[in-house]
Amino acid sequence: MLDVEAQEPPKGKWSTPPFDPRFPSQNQIRNCYQNFLDYHRCLKTRTRRGKSTQPCEYYFRVYHSLCPISWVESWNEQIKNGIFAGKI
Amino acid sequence: MAHAAQVGLQDATSPIMEELITFHDHALMVIFLICFLVLYALFLTLTTKLTNTNISDAQEMETVWTILPAIILVLIALPSLRILYMTDEVNDPSLTIKSIGHQWYWTYEYTDYGGLIFNSYMLPPLFLEPGDLRLLDVDNRVVLPIETPIRMMITSQDVLHSWAVPTLGLKTDAIPGRLNQTTFTATRPGVYYGQCSEICGANHSFMPIVLELIPLKIFEMGPVFTL
Repeated sequence: MLDVEAQEPPKGKWSTPPFDPRFPSQNQIRNCYQNFLDYHRCLKTRTRRGKSTQPCEYYFRVYHSLCPISWVESWNEQIKNGIFAGKI
Repeated sequence: MAHAAQVGLQDATSPIMEELITFHDHALMVIFLICFLVLYALFLTLTTKLTNTNISDAQEMETVWTILPAIILVLIALPSLRILYMTDEVNDPSLTIKSIGHQWYWTYEYTDYGGLIFNSYMLPPLFLEPGDLRLLDVDNRVVLPIETPIRMMITSQDVLHSWAVPTLGLKTDAIPGRLNQTTFTATRPGVYYGQCSEICGANHSFMPIVLELIPLKIFEMGPVFTL
């Protein structure tokens, strides 16, 4: 996971997930969930290929910004217990 | 916040709310003119000594009072749609805050950088300091920078709630299983109040929202959130 200090932005520059044209509507639940899935799929694929998982951090930052943390914790718990419903 | 016996809208703190106030003034003027016209016509009808027992048709008048309302409706609809599309514009936000409704408090999550998560309960009457607002003040306010596009993600952990701040022109339902997005840009610093706007149980009236908007330079200094 990202180091908290590494996430501190330079003064005057704040960034947050940009507008994603795949999810233009008011309900952003799919945006949050899709980035969560993409992060874990990226981790799994790159780890399997022995590559660095640094590029996956983008998805982590997006879902971490958008998804309520309680949802993320519950999904992580489900992944740990092998009962997560999404395809990773 | 609203002052006692306030009837009109609160002063705007965002460009969209400024537009809404202007539109409201425009629509209200149309309503007043129509009401005045109708009441005047009614008054004349009721107080005249003239009688006419030979009314047949009045094609010209009927045409006028069909076309004119249609034009009035178009004059109301055009600004209304303009504002509707303005609220939907893609604006590049700088900050994302999550607001989660519970029975009967709000949880705010600032997770763009690190993670700051806190609950915001209404101050019970016994805990009010002199000068605090009853039923409006909270223990932890939502501190945000001004003149920055902010994205709010609103959801609920249990039942329906609604996150509303009238001075920013915001009201977005907090629906379990849904993550509603709304964006705003505040134009001036200050403390702004709102209340839960969807019936959610016994303490629905006692879960207010308080935003504390501060200059960006002070916001950047780091968490200065007071408890």
